[in-house]
Amino acid sequence: MLFKILSKQAFRSLVEITLESVETIAPRRVGTNARGEPIHQFLPIGSFDEMDLDYRCTEYSAKTYFLPYREKLCTFRFDEGDWQQEIAYRIQSRAIIGLHAHDINALLKLDEVFTKSRFPWPYYISRRKNTFIVGIDHFPLADEFTQSVGADVVTQGFDLFLTDLGDRYFVAVDSDRGFQLLNEVGAREVADDDAQAYKDVRRRIRDSFQTKINVGNLPNLLDLEFTSEVWKKWGKKCLSCGSCAMVCPTCYCHGVTEEVSMDFRESRKIKQLYSCNLLDFARVAGGHNFRPDSETRLKYRYYHQHRGFMEDYNQPKCVGCGRCGRVCLAGINPPAVIRDLYEENA
Amino acid sequence: MMGVFPHRPFDVRQESEMLQPLDFNHWARLKPVAKVFKAEITNAIRLTATEKLFHVRIHDDAERQRFSFLPGQFVMVEVPGYGEVPISIASSMSNKGYFELCIRDSGTVTHALHQAQRGAKVGIRGPFGTHFPMERMQGHSILLIAGGLGLAPLRSPVYYATENRAAFKQVHILYGTRNPGQLLFDYQYESWRRIDDVNIQIIVEQPDESWKGPVGIITQLLDNVRVDPNDTFAIVCGPPAMFKFVCDRLHAMGIPMDRMFVSLERRMHCGMGKCCRCNVGDTYTCTDGPVFDYWSVINLKEAI
Repeated sequence: MLFKILSKQAFRSLVEITLESVETIAPRRVGTNARGEPIHQFLPIGSFDEMDLDYRCTEYSAKTYFLPYREKLCTFRFDEGDWQQEIAYRIQSRAIIGLHAHDINALLKLDEVFTKSRFPWPYYISRRKNTFIVGIDHFPLADEFTQSVGADVVTQGFDLFLTDLGDRYFVAVDSDRGFQLLNEVGAREVADDDAQAYKDVRRRIRDSFQTKINVGNLPNLLDLEFTSEVWKKWGKKCLSCGSCAMVCPTCYCHGVTEEVSMDFRESRKIKQLYSCNLLDFARVAGGHNFRPDSETRLKYRYYHQHRGFMEDYNQPKCVGCGRCGRVCLAGINPPAVIRDLYEENA
Repeated sequence: MMGVFPHRPFDVRQESEMLQPLDFNHWARLKPVAKVFKAEITNAIRLTATEKLFHVRIHDDAERQRFSFLPGQFVMVEVPGYGEVPISIASSMSNKGYFELCIRDSGTVTHALHQAQRGAKVGIRGPFGTHFPMERMQGHSILLIAGGLGLAPLRSPVYYATENRAAFKQVHILYGTRNPGQLLFDYQYESWRRIDDVNIQIIVEQPDESWKGPVGIITQLLDNVRVDPNDTFAIVCGPPAMFKFVCDRLHAMGIPMDRMFVSLERRMHCGMGKCCRCNVGDTYTCTDGPVFDYWSVINLKEAI
């Protein structure tokens, strides 16, 4: 990895270049929640000052810029009893500034599914390759457990990754286009005191995680506790609303529907984000539902996060950002559920 | 004007492999995953009150030459304006001009298909999924057991076994439905029966006045089957409840579990392991299945 030092003024110039050239997405303050805390979202910005890099966590993840909630896969144009299929991909460039390490780790997990598997997904690849990513280090929230699932540090999957050293940024460079942009705004080499300051910040971040969970033996434990009362306890609370999957930075389950235009001339095939907690997730023709109970669906959500994905890609799907726990109306959060499972086992 | 953003758009369409239609049987870096083969319904044959058999012919000559499948694989059938459904291929591998799909009228898309006239254009993606390992079964006896609509995915292996009769020792075809009106492909039993040394038996649970065959459930037919359990493969297709009864019975007869193959059904929206609707634990029914050996299935929690 190549490291550079960027002054805050030069960083401003860098963002202004992206603002002039491409659509630029960054954390923006959009409101205040009931507890008086600011709410942030990843949204397009028009100027450097609209961006708030001191944000805690965005309500939604940046997933939507790679796997949109609704995406048109293709169009069928009808013509005299025949039809033609048209496929389009999004090929415009875009920059996302201010992604936290766990959100970039989430993209790396999506990369496993959408770029490295048997059927690479051109819709995703096109968006991923055309997105310039500037990440930034942050101090964890109280309910964040990214460290426990190994997602608190990131070493690839971005163009530039910043660590705030007070009056300057320590920058990790992971792409040629990132390197070029740094050269354009003027970055200097890393001196000994910069490296020392960086290590100090990293150590302070490392030591400030409050929520810790044990996921070591979780795949086996989940198999052992398949019929555990824990699932009944939490499953009874679950409202099957699917909010957790919507805010999750890695959930990619989807459904495909078709929408016929008002003039019956064309039909659009729409891929829409879905949640495994929704009632008809596994219902098949004829009416049989493989997962009719909310507890079974909740259980399979955890199975996919911590066991299924683990077996397929040797890493949990969960990055520990804590968004699902914060958004859940029934108060279901992964650290509590997983802790319960371990206690059941003890 | 400030500096230039060093970022030229990457265009996925420029990748050479993006020009090829989707194909499960070859790995590639990038494929147009939504692209369908345009195909025509050349024939629709009514089988029962709720099932029809469709002959589907891929329109483009070159694409038709490219399309090949193995027994047990499925295709996604696109009816533009309605949606897409996964359907097992029900015809013989040796059939080159067209393939056959046995479809029950049970939802929006399948209902639209049932209304479709000859000449209607549908889209086909695939084939997808694993297949029955017919080559491995050669030189052994083979039990083909189906219940209800399960004869549709089983029909391709039945063709394989009857067309290559010399490659197998004993061939038993056992089929059961609830009532005689639900029997699929009833016009073909006689032709299969006439093949030298093919044992075909049909059973129904609720007979009507005209029914002269045996009455009961499918496992009863196994009472009359004598095979060497160490030299026999079985393929079982049917409703989820049937797998357990039949496979446990076969296991009791001494057939090893990794020599029994089942075809599972799940909801699917992509066929490529992306939508997760067919996910069971770490397994995707579309890419790891739909054909599984029974050992894998019983180790997959809540698979059946």
